[in-house]
Amino acid sequence: MAIPVSYNLRNLKERRMTTLMTALGIALTVAVLLAVLALVNGLRTAFEASGHPLHVLVMRKGSTSELVSNFTRQQFQDLKFKAGIARDAAGEPMVSLEMVTVINLASVDAPDGINVTMRGLTPMGLAMRENAKLVAGRWFEPGKREVVVGKSIASRFPDARLGGKLRFGRGDWEVVGVMDAGRSAINSEIFADLNQASSDYNRSEALSSALVRATDAVTVAALVNDLESDKRLNVSARTEKDYYESQTQSGAPVQFLGIFVSIIMAVGSCFAAMNTMYAAVSRRAREIGTLRVLGFSRASILASFLLESLVLSLLGGLIGVILVLPLNGITTGIGNFVTFSEIAFDYRISPTIIAIGLTFAVILGALGGLFPASNAARKEILTALREI
Amino acid sequence: MFRYVSLITKNALRNRRRSILTICSIAASLCLLSLLLAIYNALYLSDTPPAQARRLVTRNKISLTVPMPVYYRDRIRQVPGVVAVGVNQWFGGIYKDERDPNNFFARFAVDPDALLTIQSEYRIPEDQKEAFLRDRTGCLVGAALAKRLGFKLGDKVLLRGDIFPGDYEFTIRAIYEADEGDDVMFFHINYLYESLPVGRRDFAGTFTILIDDPDSATSIAKAIDSLFENATVQTRTETERQFALSFIAFLGNVKMFLFSISAALTFTILLVSANTMAMSVRERIREVGVLKTLGFTSRAIMGIIVAEAAFIGVAGGIVGCIFASLLCAALRQAPAYLQIVSGLRLESYVIAVSLLIAALIGVVSSFVPAWSASRTKIVEALKFSG
Repeated sequence: MAIPVSYNLRNLKERRMTTLMTALGIALTVAVLLAVLALVNGLRTAFEASGHPLHVLVMRKGSTSELVSNFTRQQFQDLKFKAGIARDAAGEPMVSLEMVTVINLASVDAPDGINVTMRGLTPMGLAMRENAKLVAGRWFEPGKREVVVGKSIASRFPDARLGGKLRFGRGDWEVVGVMDAGRSAINSEIFADLNQASSDYNRSEALSSALVRATDAVTVAALVNDLESDKRLNVSARTEKDYYESQTQSGAPVQFLGIFVSIIMAVGSCFAAMNTMYAAVSRRAREIGTLRVLGFSRASILASFLLESLVLSLLGGLIGVILVLPLNGITTGIGNFVTFSEIAFDYRISPTIIAIGLTFAVILGALGGLFPASNAARKEILTALREI
Repeated sequence: MFRYVSLITKNALRNRRRSILTICSIAASLCLLSLLLAIYNALYLSDTPPAQARRLVTRNKISLTVPMPVYYRDRIRQVPGVVAVGVNQWFGGIYKDERDPNNFFARFAVDPDALLTIQSEYRIPEDQKEAFLRDRTGCLVGAALAKRLGFKLGDKVLLRGDIFPGDYEFTIRAIYEADEGDDVMFFHINYLYESLPVGRRDFAGTFTILIDDPDSATSIAKAIDSLFENATVQTRTETERQFALSFIAFLGNVKMFLFSISAALTFTILLVSANTMAMSVRERIREVGVLKTLGFTSRAIMGIIVAEAAFIGVAGGIVGCIFASLLCAALRQAPAYLQIVSGLRLESYVIAVSLLIAALIGVVSSFVPAWSASRTKIVEALKFSG
């Protein structure tokens, strides 16, 4: 027969200081783990939200990022009329020649400057990014030194507010608009007119990459294959989705460090939980004896104390979840080594993450409670009754 | 106080299992805390090695990825205080298979002569130096890199360029040893220039500058930047250390990350320690009554309890530091792409700070239980039953 759970709950309440302190220790461990997971999850969400399923990114053979790629106007002309490329309402092929570079902007957090991506594109390039909506100002005009910035850029860099001036290339560029592209990486980019930007960088002929829209989902793979094997073009092609997905790796160092820290903290909390449970067992030696006299088996005593430890750690887990909830939605940025620039994203606490945190806490409780519980279960009735 | 030492140690060891568990728990957290302190120290506080203190780095003001005209080198050389200027160009490229991160290493195209002058701390046998300078397709690799990828003198290294397209073949002519950063490959920048069309040759990614006096670094940096203030391509000059730190800053808000985890850790240790002390004082209220009957003052009793907590805290701290130094040693063996931790050491003052934190936490955590125990009246204390 099992000992009622209310017995354990009453006991935890009776020793509320000890319970609370142990639970808080576990809570902090869980909170650190969850904060890191929420960060990595937010980063992943940003990359997953980036890219259009029908878009194919074309770079020079061997390039792993737009930044190190070179793409000439000649290549672009050859590419434009490939089969399988979608056309817009006016019948123009939906292909965008782009130039990507990095500029250094000072932010509040980093007065020495943070790298951000600047992308030069044509009206077609803008049209192909339907998800980028203007939230303030207007789009840049071709031939003018004007830029439109992603909303994360506008909020994180004082110089990049609407009406501000950025200095790169051969002079000042005016910020004329702010765009919002949901969770996409575009929020961390600056858009400018391709011709103006490329002439500023002396790259009128050698640009960075081309973005191509396929007619439908089936043609995407065919188009990638066709471009990859085209000896004359000599380019590498991959879907835009795939390109962004591979950048999720930039969260790997943080994830590694966070999990490492959480595990060591978990070892510490585990010992602390063990301590608390041993104290609970030794204080209640007489009660354990009494329970045995009443006919409860060793197994039910073991289960009861283990359960108490689990309840304790679950409480800690819940406090931990509550502690990290305020992080949800806060914007932060980390360096992306593929684009060599910062990507801004929001911490995202998902149900999965909460479940992982609670499971982590329960495992901690189980490890910490096992030895004390078996110690309680092994007690001889007579000695237990005689203990004070 | 010292006459109580044996009493304090007896008390601390009275419930051995609890003390050991507490020490283990504190040790785990403190191990991590001292590791974080060591990282913080290595990044932001440690002294710059003398060779590095004499080096400045100039880059394009717009960003590191935009090159500067190579003739800037000659203009920088004329700035008073500048001893030597070298060109540095990040090569990128792919060695073997880019999917294996172990194949990644930094490769720079450089002025070989300037490099050997400026990186004076590199230890290279004279004959290898000669061989490297003579062979235009030769390269110089770090000892750690050579060990990792099994490079030997005379080996051929093939890189597939991405920023600079094409295949580049190098011969390893020299291997250098250095305390830090010995996992880089350098080669002749002329070899790179020659592979490019004439119009695209005269660029430099960064300039590394050797100056005569580390104390005038700031003024020399200013003087260099003001040279190009009105030019189309403006520059930004900083010390090599600041330059390296900007890469750390690129990773994200590292200071904030270290700080918040350290705070969470300290608080965890505080909780664990307070919990233990509350439990152990509660068990001993009756003994406190006995001690008081024997004539111990409230202050002495409080001191004994607080000292016991400090003892346990420091014991946990020592175990933690031992583990932390083992971890540091393990991290130093980590592959070079975790370069930030390659020079990590647990300095003695980091250990001292960790132990101090441990002792302080012991004192703070035991203060409340010790205070209330010492205030208990003798009669009540003797009547108390656990």
